[in-house]
Amino acid sequence: MKERIRIASGQGFWGDLLTAPLDQVTKGEIDYLVMDYLAEVTMSILQKQRAKNPALGYARDLVPLMEQLLPLLVKKNIRVITNGGGVNPLACRDAIFAVARTLGISGLSIGVVLGDDILGRLGDLRGGGMPLKNMETGEDLGAVIDRVMSANVYFGAAPIVEALGRGAAIVITGRTTDTGLTLAPMVHEFGWKAGDWNRFAAGTVAGHILECGGQASGGNFSADWRAVPDLAHIGFPIAEASPDGSVAITKHRGTGGLVSVQTVKEQLLYEIGNPAEYITPDCIADFTTIQLSPDGPDRVLVRGVKGRPATDSYKVSMSYLDGYTAAGTLTYAWPDALEKGRAADEILRRRMQDLGLRFEEIRTEFLGYNSCHGPLAVPQGEVNEVVVRIGVRGKDRGAVERFGKEIAPLILTGPPSVTGFAGGRPKPSEVIAYWPALLPKSAVQPEVVVKTI
Amino acid sequence: MKIRLLDIAHARSGDKGDTANIGVIARREEYYPLLVKYLSAERVRVHFAGIVLGRVERFELPNLGALNFLLHEALGGGGTRSLKNDAQGKTLGSAMLRMELDIEEQLIVRGDNDV
Repeated sequence: MKERIRIASGQGFWGDLLTAPLDQVTKGEIDYLVMDYLAEVTMSILQKQRAKNPALGYARDLVPLMEQLLPLLVKKNIRVITNGGGVNPLACRDAIFAVARTLGISGLSIGVVLGDDILGRLGDLRGGGMPLKNMETGEDLGAVIDRVMSANVYFGAAPIVEALGRGAAIVITGRTTDTGLTLAPMVHEFGWKAGDWNRFAAGTVAGHILECGGQASGGNFSADWRAVPDLAHIGFPIAEASPDGSVAITKHRGTGGLVSVQTVKEQLLYEIGNPAEYITPDCIADFTTIQLSPDGPDRVLVRGVKGRPATDSYKVSMSYLDGYTAAGTLTYAWPDALEKGRAADEILRRRMQDLGLRFEEIRTEFLGYNSCHGPLAVPQGEVNEVVVRIGVRGKDRGAVERFGKEIAPLILTGPPSVTGFAGGRPKPSEVIAYWPALLPKSAVQPEVVVKTI
Repeated sequence: MKIRLLDIAHARSGDKGDTANIGVIARREEYYPLLVKYLSAERVRVHFAGIVLGRVERFELPNLGALNFLLHEALGGGGTRSLKNDAQGKTLGSAMLRMELDIEEQLIVRGDNDV
């Protein structure tokens, strides 16, 4: 057994710093590179892409990235784990195999985790007594089932561990928890077994720290952002894990950013609910047991994590169509910028009323003034300029589209010294709503496929 | 004495559907009891009047010198439904730090950090 392994975060979301994975592979030694690509909204976008083209439906950024990375991964014996397979992990694998062939690489094993996509099984599951009720509102899925665009089970580390055990150098999954990507190599390397709940929780906590990339290593740091050096060359976080479950969070020497007790604390508190019950498919981690201590420059020890047995359910995330939105902006300049912006908003609302356009909501915000802090924003005398942002949402696509045609006329038919309409008419975009539900683990089995070329 | 929360704490916020979470972290260990004492769920709900339409829950993490707040119905529907510029509540952490607290304790607040 290895004494310790180094797991590096390469992407915190789809759209993250493109240079980060390459930096993690080249600027120091690592054993694993983990990359999270999937936000909730991503799954429905990928379903649409696959519906148009059966060879798509995964994070396409992975392909050019692998052109750069593959030779280095092979040379340095670094394994990659990513959920970038989206709703089509097999196509993602084949695209990476194609890159390998072009580069003349052979003997490459890629593991794929399947079975999370239950879009085609919703009727069967409900018929089999799985109601898939909305776990927040208690509503029956029947209300929206004909509008569901994607439905995925969140798998944990287990199928990834299986793929690693069968020799996969790259593991591609669909909907897997972010934390499972990081926990899996620890379970694989250290031979942890279900029942080692404290160690599973420790690996899960490490995964939570890594899952947003640079947000653990100095990005978005509220305590003292000026003190973070060289964000232009930020080093993404690395978890150095030991068999006993203790983990050191660090980053490559010579990179920018900062790893401190405070940067790690901020990431630990990011997007959590009850900290004593951080529920994943792998375990329940108790964040109130985490002990942090500084361990030299850009290095923090994470110890003492306690865990409890996993529940017998998987979380399911479904997305469904729920109307349309559009938002447009206009910029008003001094004098009376805010007052003119407010007048423009009133004129627009009056015109939409006269046209009989109905919406579920019309929202007006003044960027540069109150769009972030709302009623907490402090009025500040005369403002130099303000961006008025007006958005609408409704079930009637035609009404939302018409709203988009009512913004531009304000330039010539509203208050003066207005600009900032270069982007054209705002187009309606679909509202993609979420339907979180629970499903007994016995109802769905992950399938692992490992192929070597 | 009156202090700003910004002087004794830092914060990070994010979203889960229409619920925002705000982690509030004491800048120094000795500030954590002040957070526990003065930063009640009710105090936070009042602070966010007009922004948070639902209830506010508070959780304690003494091990990290931090509190976690859940602000229900705070994001205009959340996700792609929300018409807010900040649909994910990313700036609600700094909105929290605007809060002024009137504390009984005498404190030399330097706005600096533990680590």
